[in-house]
Amino acid sequence: MRKGCLLLGMIFLVWMVGAGGAGAADEALKVGFIYVSPVGDAGWSYAHEQARLAVEALEGVRTAFVEDVREGPDSERVMRNMARKGYDLIFATSYGYMDSMLKVAGEFPDTVFMHCSGYKLAPNMGNYFGRIYQARYLSGMAAGAMTRGGQIGYVAAFPIPEVIRGINAFTIGVRAVNPKATVRVVWTKTWYDPATEKEAAKSLLDVGCDVIAQHQDSPGPQEAAQERGAYSVGYNTDMSAFAPRAHLTAAVWNWAPFYLEVVESVRNGTWKSTAAWPGMEKGIVGLAPFGPMVPESVKTRIEQEKARLINGETRVFAGPIKDQQGNLKIAAGETASDEALLGMTWLVEGVVGTTE
Amino acid sequence: MILGLAIVLSLSVSALLLHWQDKPARDALVILFQGAFGSWHALEDCTIKAVPIFLCSLGVAVAFRLQVWNIGAEGQFAMGAIGATWVVLQFPQWPAFLLLPAMMAAAALGGGFCGLIPALLKVRLRANEIIVSLMLNYVCILFLEYLVYGPWKDPVSFGFPMTMVFPPAAIVGAIGSSRLNWGLVLALACAVGFWIFFRFSRLGYELKVCGESPRVAGYARLPYHGLVIAVMVTGGALAGWAGFLEVSATLNRLQPSIMVGYGYTAIVVAWLARLSPASIAAASLLLAGLRVGVENLQLEMQVPAAFGGIMEGVLLLTVLAGGFFVRYRVRWRGFS
Repeated sequence: MRKGCLLLGMIFLVWMVGAGGAGAADEALKVGFIYVSPVGDAGWSYAHEQARLAVEALEGVRTAFVEDVREGPDSERVMRNMARKGYDLIFATSYGYMDSMLKVAGEFPDTVFMHCSGYKLAPNMGNYFGRIYQARYLSGMAAGAMTRGGQIGYVAAFPIPEVIRGINAFTIGVRAVNPKATVRVVWTKTWYDPATEKEAAKSLLDVGCDVIAQHQDSPGPQEAAQERGAYSVGYNTDMSAFAPRAHLTAAVWNWAPFYLEVVESVRNGTWKSTAAWPGMEKGIVGLAPFGPMVPESVKTRIEQEKARLINGETRVFAGPIKDQQGNLKIAAGETASDEALLGMTWLVEGVVGTTE
Repeated sequence: MILGLAIVLSLSVSALLLHWQDKPARDALVILFQGAFGSWHALEDCTIKAVPIFLCSLGVAVAFRLQVWNIGAEGQFAMGAIGATWVVLQFPQWPAFLLLPAMMAAAALGGGFCGLIPALLKVRLRANEIIVSLMLNYVCILFLEYLVYGPWKDPVSFGFPMTMVFPPAAIVGAIGSSRLNWGLVLALACAVGFWIFFRFSRLGYELKVCGESPRVAGYARLPYHGLVIAVMVTGGALAGWAGFLEVSATLNRLQPSIMVGYGYTAIVVAWLARLSPASIAAASLLLAGLRVGVENLQLEMQVPAAFGGIMEGVLLLTVLAGGFFVRYRVRWRGFS
């Protein structure tokens, strides 16, 4: 046995000797992406990955990604490693990467850093996000029109402003077409955990919800809805393949146009550090195609509202909007400022659940 | 010896897996190695990551020596981080020479308390320490989440779950101009202490005896119950210090992403290393290097992230299987 192992070891060592180094340097623009979860077949990181593939297809650009990178020290190390290897542009696609990126950006002034969903800036670090809440509002209208019992379930990751904003926009959409309907929220405290997400959806179905929406990265909640004969609203990417009989629509990301724009601006030297928050008008967010069960009248109504959102005739967070306790948070005739949206920690009237 | 062979064996298996994925296996392993140990930067990264794993693992190993199965390093780590953060939030104006020792003490208390609970339940009620310490992990992590989502949340964090950034006095500094921090020295001191304790002290000897056979301990009138409590509290305090170093030196604040499973990795490390401090250090570096190296491998070759976990699993499996084959000999008999 021992001899066998030794022999194997010898063979291995001989084989290792003479291995060449990898990757010759070239003149291409190197773009790195950091994802918080495995790419998989659907969800947040998958949506970014689709855009990376679009960037990769550009002439003279090379891209690479590291997936499943924990927020905190791990992400800092990955960014620093990329910067050291001469990456010219780095996209970090999770909120928790912000402080690490700020630190690394200070060490590598010649590299352009782009952080998704945060708020800090540096001369060589910009941040960006999309107004996904607009798409959530529209998908809420679909859910509100399709619920029979008037109770909609929402499987949500963490009680942070980004998620709360989405729940609120969704609920406003629901109640725009169905003023008596309520949205019940459960928190999973995870972005990506298919089993937990699915269980959370089941618990919502158990208490009588007949449409399931989600702020999660896996299609688990969609599957739970289909298994119980309920409807569902997806997130991140078109999730209809996972639950064709349940999937009404989804609030989806389309990062490619934005990423291509950033890569071009870095390449021709016009990149500037800004906080970009484009919306539906830029096509960065949108709705997945409607399922066959959604009636024409509902589709038309949502399409009209979408057109009005795009040309600015209507806003999602336009008063009067009350919180769960009935206090007026946004007065009639006013709209919430971006600062108020970015720091939103209260839930609108019609949401059942707390922010804890 | 076994460890070396196991590493070679598991690398061979990994190479085979890479080959099946149509990646050039040999270059991939070189990239992995470069990313982990191939440069000064890589070594720094690797060491920084190894320190918390090492401290947790030392804590686990103290208890394992007594055949007490402490699976609670993850929770003890969390409680250590909470204890240290509590001191910072209470006394943010203290100077470093007061603040840092107080943080260390609070971290040791937090982690130690978390170790004390399963120990007491074991000696009083004969509750299984594996289950109690494992379940306590979830309690501690949820407690940490409660704090950062609730009372300790930084008012200027836009609602995101994190405490304020620590003042400079609460941060364990870097050694010279490197990125290594003084936590490394603390870890080394703990290792030397561990070695001296088991090599020279009477208590260390008694622990070993009890670990070999609790019944002998009974005949020799060794205080088994007291020893169980002592090792669990010590182990908790060591894991607590790992938590203290993570919040103070690496993150500079408390946030939920501090929990990355060092406490569980520590169990793997303690097993790989067979509970001696020098090999625990080596195994911590090895596993930290594996994690760091796999990131480099992902970047260069787009290997899936799960590959690191697979390599870790194969490594543990080969070491355990290796130990088995060294102790027993396979005899082939005809089927009749």
